[in-house]
Amino acid sequence: MRFERREDRPLYLMILMPLLAVVAALAIAGILIAIAGASAFEAYWRILVGAFGSRLSSTETLTRATPLILTGLAAAVAFRARLWNIGAEGQFYFGAIAVAAFGSKMLADLPAPALIPLLLIIGAVAGMALIVIPLWLRLRFSVDEVVTSLILNFVAVLFVSMLIDGVLKDPNAFGWPQSQAVVDHAMLPKLIARTRLHIGFPIAIALAAIISFIHSRTVFGMQSRAAGLSPSGAVFAGVQLGPTLVKVACLSGGLAGLAGAIEVLGVKGYVTTDLSPGFGYDGIVVAMLANLNPLGVVLAAIFTAMMFVGADGMSRSLGIPSYIANVTVALSLLTMLVALFFTQYRLRR
Amino acid sequence: MSEPVLKIEGVSKRFGSALANDDISLALFKGEIVALLGENGAGKTTLMSILFGHYVPDAGRILVDGIELPHGKPRAAIRAGVGMVHQHFSLAPNLTVLENVMAGTERLWSMRSRTGAARKKLLAIAERFGLKVDPDARLGDLSVGEQQRVEILKALYNDARILILDEPTAVLTQIEAGRLFATVKEMAAQGLSLIFISHKLDEVMAAADRIVVLRGGKVVAERLAFETNKAELAELIVGCRVTRPMREGGAPGEIALEAREVTVKVGGVERLKQINFRLRAGEILAVIGVSGNGQAALGQLFSGTLAHASGELLLFGEPMGSPNVAEIIAAGLGRIPEDRSRDGAIGEMAIWENAVLERLSSYSKRGLVDRKAGIAFAQKIIEAFDVRGGAPTSRARLLSGGNMQKLVLGRNLYERPRILIAAQPARGLDEGAVAAVHGRILQARRQGTAVLLISEDLDEVIALADRVQAIVGGRLSAPIDAVDANARLLGLMMAGEWNSERRPGHAV
Repeated sequence: MRFERREDRPLYLMILMPLLAVVAALAIAGILIAIAGASAFEAYWRILVGAFGSRLSSTETLTRATPLILTGLAAAVAFRARLWNIGAEGQFYFGAIAVAAFGSKMLADLPAPALIPLLLIIGAVAGMALIVIPLWLRLRFSVDEVVTSLILNFVAVLFVSMLIDGVLKDPNAFGWPQSQAVVDHAMLPKLIARTRLHIGFPIAIALAAIISFIHSRTVFGMQSRAAGLSPSGAVFAGVQLGPTLVKVACLSGGLAGLAGAIEVLGVKGYVTTDLSPGFGYDGIVVAMLANLNPLGVVLAAIFTAMMFVGADGMSRSLGIPSYIANVTVALSLLTMLVALFFTQYRLRR
Repeated sequence: MSEPVLKIEGVSKRFGSALANDDISLALFKGEIVALLGENGAGKTTLMSILFGHYVPDAGRILVDGIELPHGKPRAAIRAGVGMVHQHFSLAPNLTVLENVMAGTERLWSMRSRTGAARKKLLAIAERFGLKVDPDARLGDLSVGEQQRVEILKALYNDARILILDEPTAVLTQIEAGRLFATVKEMAAQGLSLIFISHKLDEVMAAADRIVVLRGGKVVAERLAFETNKAELAELIVGCRVTRPMREGGAPGEIALEAREVTVKVGGVERLKQINFRLRAGEILAVIGVSGNGQAALGQLFSGTLAHASGELLLFGEPMGSPNVAEIIAAGLGRIPEDRSRDGAIGEMAIWENAVLERLSSYSKRGLVDRKAGIAFAQKIIEAFDVRGGAPTSRARLLSGGNMQKLVLGRNLYERPRILIAAQPARGLDEGAVAAVHGRILQARRQGTAVLLISEDLDEVIALADRVQAIVGGRLSAPIDAVDANARLLGLMMAGEWNSERRPGHAV
């Protein structure tokens, strides 16, 4: 028995494999649920109901999916060009704190139609600013950006923590480390009244479509894909690796920063150090689940959000720790990697 | 004479349709140094890999001290006293010298490492053969010559009595090479038997007792070092296989590309040293040489991926500075890279994307790729150049080597470039594809394209070239007319038997 490289990858396989991966992950997590003393089927049913059973829960799931779509896109864009940006978490916080800083006082007098787009841009730029460091180290000294971008996450979160306990601290927060809130008219309009779902969600989907277009239709998309697939082949064809990577990094960091900005402007209004329950890292899982396809990122993000949102209700009614959601999402990353292997190889006896 | 320590009897090995070793027999005696001489692809490395158990031969047997070695078992070869020093060292840079030498000699589950005893043994061996080395130095900190010494020590540590050195001087400086051969002679004097693989005439003459020449997988000659000379060896290596096909005499036009005293450095090392050539429209100028003599730098220089440090490049008489890829292509240069699968095509991208990637500015508008035009271009190439095995939208990886090369040729030649830089255009292709590629290059020449052919294949050069220059150690010889070329002269040129004072035509 041996593995043999597939000659071609049929489309059905590319669609089927992620689904199989998810099913496999659910099956493995099901064993854990059974050990914890509940029926796996019931648990998953409750997760589904908890995530999509009512208007409120559905909007909650999509609200949760919004930053995941953006961080997922951030990872997908970078990984396609083989730029291993693991720093979306830090870039997310940079985007968030920048928005809180500019949106609370400095630009507060601007009217909403000018203020909101400006703040979103500021958030994206803040995300870009953070990725510049690992990018420069990579281009100048060939330092592995996996390590530098990952470590910068901790630096970024501590930096934000310093700001919200210092210059940006909200004096009315009863001493909690919390940033000043952005002004009310800077908040993103709601998509559905009396829910938390805001226009950040359609913005994220639109960005997924735009990035899909960039990837498949533009010179930049083709060159960055070439740079990722074969750096030497790309160089031979005249792709300038440095400038291409800079553009890719800015796009990736910008998306992660935007995720932070949108989370502040759409949901919280202020920044705390638990603004993100790991959106940056989950974005990597989302991107991998989507096989780096920008439109697939939307679906993968909704799946991941469903697990997290639904797990709370499931946990309450069945007495199973809601950590099972984290376990399932992590497992689905592993099964997806196996599935990806099988899209490239077949088993031969 | 006594019994040979090593006997190779009738070894044959076939890779696909290529016969790499054809009924090779060879004997090695105690204390003897045998050089295995031949071109790239003559079968030297295959033979040694069979001997060392990396490959299983299709026929033949190998006897060490009269006992047959089982095929395909490196461990058995090591136990029988055969040691191999690879061209690319098989050492771990993050371990110390001692750890590298010991690696693989201890049992995996052994609780303690016998470092003390090993150190003693290593130092004793180093002392005995004059191979000075610090056992505690980290391998990665050592120079290439020192690393090779460690590789030799490792073989000796495993009690090797028969040592195989695969192109040992390929990575060494001249001084290091001299030192290596002193060591080799010392080892032979102490009763070890050595085979070294080489294609450098000088060192073979200097170090070997006996020289075995391989060509096309066969032993074509065996000579004692004192009864032969370099000229005879060159002729034996090259043989004379191809008669030059009759061709209409070209009418070379103006000078399309000229290099004046061009020097290229890669990482501080001069890969091309003050080279000069003039390439005319409608002619094929071949640069021939054994690989690793600067061909890669030459190809990259005209691919736009490497800048020159000094000297001048002229395109139709105009200085061209150090052009990048886009400028090279805009200037009408077609490029066939030496390593087709690494540089020439991106396997995971579609055939049409591979066709247009290097000329995206012509196939895009305002940053958007004109997919339709790209697919149409790929379709034209597929039809005109007979690329089989894929549609424009299928991935390039599906194509066989020959068809991939036709795609690379097609995207360059379809627009009729003024100049074509072809590096090893037929390397690794089967005969049908070779003929197709050669036919296209000759056709381009007829249409007035100036072709710079960088090749290490004598057949190819003799079949295609109008003029030939040899490349040795980054230097280019003066050109000779291909009609004057014979195997012996080209062999000598490739061996560096020319110098700037004398024209190579008079050097023989």
